Amino acid sequence: MSTLTELLVIAVGSALVSNVVLSQFYGLCPFLGVSKQLKTASGMGVAVIFVITLSSLVAGVIYKFLLVPFELEYLKTIVFILVIAALVQFVEMFLKKSVPSLYQSLGVYLPLITTNCAVLGTALTNVQEEYSIFYGVVNGFATAAGFAIAICILAGIREKMRYNDIPKPFRGMPIVLITAGLMAIAFCGFSGLL
Amino acid sequence: MEKEKNSVWKPFINGLINENPTFVLMLGMCPTLAVTTSAINGLGMGLTTTVVLAMSNIIISALRNVIPDKVRIPAFIVIIASFVTIVGQFLEAYLPALNSALGMFIPLIVVNCIILGRAEAFASKNGVFASLMDGLGMGLGFTAALTLIGAVREILGSFSVFGISFKEQLESIGMVPISIFVMAPGAFFVLAGINALMSVIRDRQLKEKGESKIKAGCDTDCLSCGNDSCIHKFYDEKGGAR
Repeated sequence: MSTLTELLVIAVGSALVSNVVLSQFYGLCPFLGVSKQLKTASGMGVAVIFVITLSSLVAGVIYKFLLVPFELEYLKTIVFILVIAALVQFVEMFLKKSVPSLYQSLGVYLPLITTNCAVLGTALTNVQEEYSIFYGVVNGFATAAGFAIAICILAGIREKMRYNDIPKPFRGMPIVLITAGLMAIAFCGFSGLL
Repeated sequence: MEKEKNSVWKPFINGLINENPTFVLMLGMCPTLAVTTSAINGLGMGLTTTVVLAMSNIIISALRNVIPDKVRIPAFIVIIASFVTIVGQFLEAYLPALNSALGMFIPLIVVNCIILGRAEAFASKNGVFASLMDGLGMGLGFTAALTLIGAVREILGSFSVFGISFKEQLESIGMVPISIFVMAPGAFFVLAGINALMSVIRDRQLKEKGESKIKAGCDTDCLSCGNDSCIHKFYDEKGGAR
């Protein structure tokens, strides 16, 4: 298999077939918490793409050049979560100082991202699957794109659903969960793609 | 005496029912939905989380006067991540079957909002023993929720529970397991059903007694949420840890 096809398989696999939220169940907190409006949901999606792609790169570099040479692989959970937390804070400070316009649109999402398990999950998956740093970054980007797709679809549905007459016990979270479940069934259809 | 007994058990009841982290606070959703394909897996995940939660609560509470306020979130994360690593290594050595069933969700206990949330909301303000009880109460509430979801999914999806299979008896009378319940979408449906049930119980209590100890579930957008003590948010917009 050529490199390009291999990358395409990884990307489609991570974004659609085993969608990060709907079949892997990473990052459910923001998926349920920030999906009331399409506008904020798409902002969250972009912020997550940004952070996951960047953290895949940084975590990959640290794992390869720091943890493996010193045989400290078992410390990867501690190191990765610290790197991610520091990275998110750093990105926030950098955007605030240097790119205020981008900070206006992404800044509010950053504090919610540190504890998004999709970020740590992707970094750990990259290591577990033994992807090279470049493959890891591509996988990270595709995973985050899958998250963005899922959260935007859910937000679109929730916007429409606001005017529906929902049975009283199902108002609020339960109907959102049912919607997510139906979306998960739809995404099962992608498994024929690869 | 009565009052003292009450104060020891209060965090337990609180965590187990009234403020159940899963059904009421909607925290730690990722492992809740991902590993509950069977009751055993749910129980294993719940107990692992409980151990980490109780131990990190003890240490954080013991160190609460030593850790500087400004760096407390990173400090909490390091303590929690250390315990997760220890427990992960332990499971790998002694319970390899459970370890492979839970897979990636063992290291991901680090980012389970329940643990950091309890550290921030309780352990950093209370004594060691109270923090231990709080950790056990919240942890067991989480365990009970995961086991319940796991049991429902296993019964409906593969006609067995805790290793006891009644598949043959049911199949002989023409019933087929609804396998979607052990797949990804089923997790959402079961949690939605249980949530709706909680809401029915709450409404009934409100109607009959005028009050309900079960708290209303959260349904606001995290971004526009004004609740400062919510544990989904660890950093404020001014930058730095809260």
